[in-house]
Order: sequence, then C-alpha cells, then structure tokens
Amino acid sequence: MTDARKRLNSRDFADTVAEEMIVSRSFWADARRRFLGHRLAVFSVFMLLALVLFALFGHAFARWSFEEIDWNVLGRIKTEGAPSLDNGHWFGVDELGRDLYARVVQGTRTSLMVGFVAGPLAVLLGATLGALAGYFGGRLDQIITGFYTIWISIPYIIFFVVWQAFFGRSLTQMIIVIIIVNWTAGLLIVRGQVMMLKHREFVDAARMLGMSDLAIIFKHLAPNILWVIVIYTSIVIPEVIMAESLVSFLGVGIQEPNTSWGALISEGARTMTFGTLWQLAFPAAFFVIAQVSLYYIGDGLRDALDPKDRR
Amino acid sequence: MFNYTLRRLLTVIPTLLVLIVFSFYLMRLAPGGPFTSEKPLPPAVMQNVLERYGMDQPLYVQLWTYIKNIVFHFDFGPSFAQKDRTVNDVIAQGFPVTLTYGFWSAVFVLVLGIPLGIVAALRHNSIWDYTMTGLAIFSQIFPNFVLAPILVLLFTLSWGLLPGGGWNGGQWEYIVMPAIALGTSYMAGVARLTRGSMLEVLNAPFILTARAKGLPERVIIWRHALKPALLPTLTYMGPVFVYMITGSVFIDVFFSTGGIGQDFIDGAYSRDYSMLLGLAILYSLLTFALNLMLDLLYAWIDPKVRSSL
Repeated sequence: MTDARKRLNSRDFADTVAEEMIVSRSFWADARRRFLGHRLAVFSVFMLLALVLFALFGHAFARWSFEEIDWNVLGRIKTEGAPSLDNGHWFGVDELGRDLYARVVQGTRTSLMVGFVAGPLAVLLGATLGALAGYFGGRLDQIITGFYTIWISIPYIIFFVVWQAFFGRSLTQMIIVIIIVNWTAGLLIVRGQVMMLKHREFVDAARMLGMSDLAIIFKHLAPNILWVIVIYTSIVIPEVIMAESLVSFLGVGIQEPNTSWGALISEGARTMTFGTLWQLAFPAAFFVIAQVSLYYIGDGLRDALDPKDRR
Repeated sequence: MFNYTLRRLLTVIPTLLVLIVFSFYLMRLAPGGPFTSEKPLPPAVMQNVLERYGMDQPLYVQLWTYIKNIVFHFDFGPSFAQKDRTVNDVIAQGFPVTLTYGFWSAVFVLVLGIPLGIVAALRHNSIWDYTMTGLAIFSQIFPNFVLAPILVLLFTLSWGLLPGGGWNGGQWEYIVMPAIALGTSYMAGVARLTRGSMLEVLNAPFILTARAKGLPERVIIWRHALKPALLPTLTYMGPVFVYMITGSVFIDVFFSTGGIGQDFIDGAYSRDYSMLLGLAILYSLLTFALNLMLDLLYAWIDPKVRSSL
C-alpha cells in the first residue's frame, strides 16, 4: 500500500470526514470560514476594533478636555505645543491651544458614528426601495427607478453643502443628509436580485400558503439578498466617512467645538505653513488607518460572500 | 443613435426641474436669508431690498419668474451677496478655471492610469504588477483632501518647486498640483480596472487564436486586446467624472484657484439663493453632458450596445 492510500484508510481521516459531514455548512458558516482565511481582513477587524475602543474610552487617558484652552502654551504653540509627555498633550495642541489628543478622540467618535449609523441606514433604505421596485414592478418600479436616475445625476456635494449650511450643523442633521444623499447605494442590485428571486419556487410556495407580499419580501427574500446588503454596507461606510470628512474640510461640517477627522485635517492643513506638522499628521494618520482597515474588511467580505467569486 | 441622443437630452428637463424646485423650496424654507444680519435693517429699508430682488412676492411666483428668466433670457439672476455681480458674471469668470484644471486632471487620469494598468497586466505577477496594485490601493485611500496638503507640503514648503495656490491666468505651474490632487485616486482606480479587464481579455479564446496564427505580440495587444479591455474603464469614467466635479469644489477652496467651487461655498454661507441654484444647475448639466458623451462613446466602440440603442 502506498503512503497516500494508507492515510486515506486511517481512522483519523475517517473521523475528520465524519466531522466535516456533521458540521452543517450553511452559506454563512462557509462565508465566515472564508473571511477568517483572509488574514489582512481579520487583522483589519482588530484595527477597527482598536479605533472603536479609542473613540469610546480614549477620553479616560486625556489630561485635558477637548474644548479647554491651555493658556500656558497659547502663543508659543510652535515651540511648546508639540506632542509631549510632560505637559499631558500626547498629540500636541491645536491652533487655539486645545489638546489635540482629546480632539482626535472626539473626532474619531464623530466620524465613526456618522459612518456606522448613516451608512447602514442609507443602504437599508435603498435596499427596501429596491426590493419593493423589483417585487411589485410596474408603475411603482418606474417611479422608483425614474427617481433613482434623476438622483444620481445630481452631484451630491451640492446638496450636502446646501443642507448643512441651511439646517444647522449638528450630528443628527449630518446623518439625515447622508442618508438622503446615499439612499441610492445598492438599490439597483437589490432590485435585480429580487426580480430574479421572485420567480423561484419557494416564493410561489409562500404565496400559496397565503403569505402577504410584504411578509414574503421581508421573511423569505430578505435572507437571500442579505449578502448584497452586507457587501454594499461595507462599501458605503468608508465612502460616507470620506464624504463627511470632505464636507467638514470645506467648513460646513460638524459645529465647533465638536470636530471630526475631516475638520481636524483641514485645520492641520491650514496651519502646516507655520511648521506645526503634528496638527496634520495625527488626524490624517487616524483617517488613513480607518480607511485602510475598512478597505480590507470590505475586500474580505466581498471574497467571502459574493457567489460569483466562489473559488 | 440619433433617437437615443434625443431621448437622453429630453430627460435632462425633468431632472433639472426636480433639482430646481427641490433646492428652491429647501433653501427658502430654512430660517434666515441673505439679508438677515446681526443688526437688523430698518423695516422700510428691508422692504425696499426685498422688492428690489422680487422677494416680496409669494414663493411660487418667484420660482416661476426664475425659471422664465432662465428659459427666455438665459439669465440666472443677480447675486444676492456679491453686489453688482450677476450669477452669469460669476460663472463666466470662474467656470473656465475649473474646466481647465479639470480637463488636465482627466488627461492625467487616462494617460497615466491606462498604460499603468496595461503594463501591470502584461507583466502579471511581476514586481511591476505588485508595485502598481500597491500604489493603486494606497492612492485610493488618500482622498484629495489628504493628498492636497501633502503635495503642498512637499512641492511648495519643502522643495519650493510649485506655487501653493492661486491661478495667475492659468500658467502651467498653477495647474499641476490641482490636477494631480484631483485625479490621483481616480487614476489608481482606472489603472486597477484596466489591469483586471486586460487580464481577462488576454485569457480569452480569440487572443489564443491570434497567438496561434503567429501574430506578433504588439499587434495582438494594440489591435485585438486593447479595445475590449478598455470598455469597463469607460463605464467607470462616468462616476469618476461626477466625483471629479464634486472634488473640484474642494480643489477650488484649497488651492484658491478662483474657480466656481469657492463661490459655491461662499454662497452657502451667505445664503446667496440665486448663486447656489445657478451653480447647482451648472454642476448637474456638466455631469449630465459628460455622462451622455461617455455613453455615446461606448456605443461607438461596442457594436453590441450600438444595436440595442
């Protein structure tokens, strides 16, 4: 008997195979395994978790609050405002003598909040409309897709800036306008999926059992298109964070003294001519780390979930 | 083809109408206005000012007058905040600036992005390929508002090679950084996409046939592979143009180029209704025109699409 033969006949192998057969391999279990195999994505999840922890508990390590002015360094920021362990300004101070560490914690909080609240909500809204359009078709479909076509040909920044400038600049308004701007994300693909699925036998079966249309959409179709929603959410979250930062950079974002990554980067970029480079470096680093992590998480999710890419 | 173009041109009307009506009411319903200030104007003066700009009339009348003036006189009204200037003046002055560096930025995106992608695909899994892919991910993560300060830091503050802002009649030194800052992340996207589709095409049966016929590699790439490989890149350019137009607002503000982006942001601060509406219409029209151009180009290249129009 050859070696390979021997191994195939061994007790060990039989056990492993039996185990593989017993452990159910649902779509999501499969996806989880594939995701965990994507090392960069798993590492990125930990990076993102670290950012979230930083946003939640970072204040505990700050010696200054994010709106308090340190009069000792004001006016001598270039020489004495640099990052230092002695005076408790771990990341230095900003242009107005406020502790940059505390401000970065605050900014991380705002940016992550905007991304992780507004992003998923926008995708859910788009997915719901897409599912309704795909399922019912006809007039409703025409109205929704017509509005979609009009909407995507309006450059979003226009709308964003006008809304922010006119309706105050609170976090809630920010989230609302991001949802309004991004509701088109994922709409078309969900619509397509639903149109494809609605002719399948299990939908007919559900209908024959007397389920209402809405119950069919949310109970039977939704689990089948969940993967699309997850993928789109992973794409939209970094986009939303980026959009928020851009708008804050333009000066129409979150109201002072609250801040966000974009606002901090913008302040840093304005003052870099004076040689206070840390004011740009720290916020930019946090922003970039978040974007890189989200990028690889999205990549891993796409690999794990997209049936087209099954290897 | 002609019918298709006509149909597309007709959809621009409802799109603009929705945009105008929606933005008009949105702006007017918000509290405050272009003439509210710390020290309120005396009622009589206020009355005169409002009359001068036609703001004493009901909203729907104002909206109707606004649309009528655009359609019949191509007049986007006076600016509410910048005295003695009309919106037409502002656009005539700022738009060429935005368009100029926008054009060069698009050139930069295509002229660098496509060859990079092709080289990476031809030298698949080589050091070229990995460098390119790494670069693409890197520059997608640095959006223009992070990249622009870094560029200024390097080229202006450290090396003193290029001016850090301004326009100066559009001399090339003033165009370089805005164009690069605006285009880099899309250049990376184009390179990545071109690489992917080129790889796919190179594995297609018809390329194998061409190889079997003994055609030289040069002919295979230029005559057979290039055109189908560029199709996905073309579709990608649609959203890219939209984002570049959006990004130009930021570029105008950051580099003080004097383009319309600055006027737009100023208008948002000072509640300059007519300025905001006029520029919103301009931005939308631009988006629409670029997309239409792209679709027609697509149809011209791809016979399958052409026959379905």
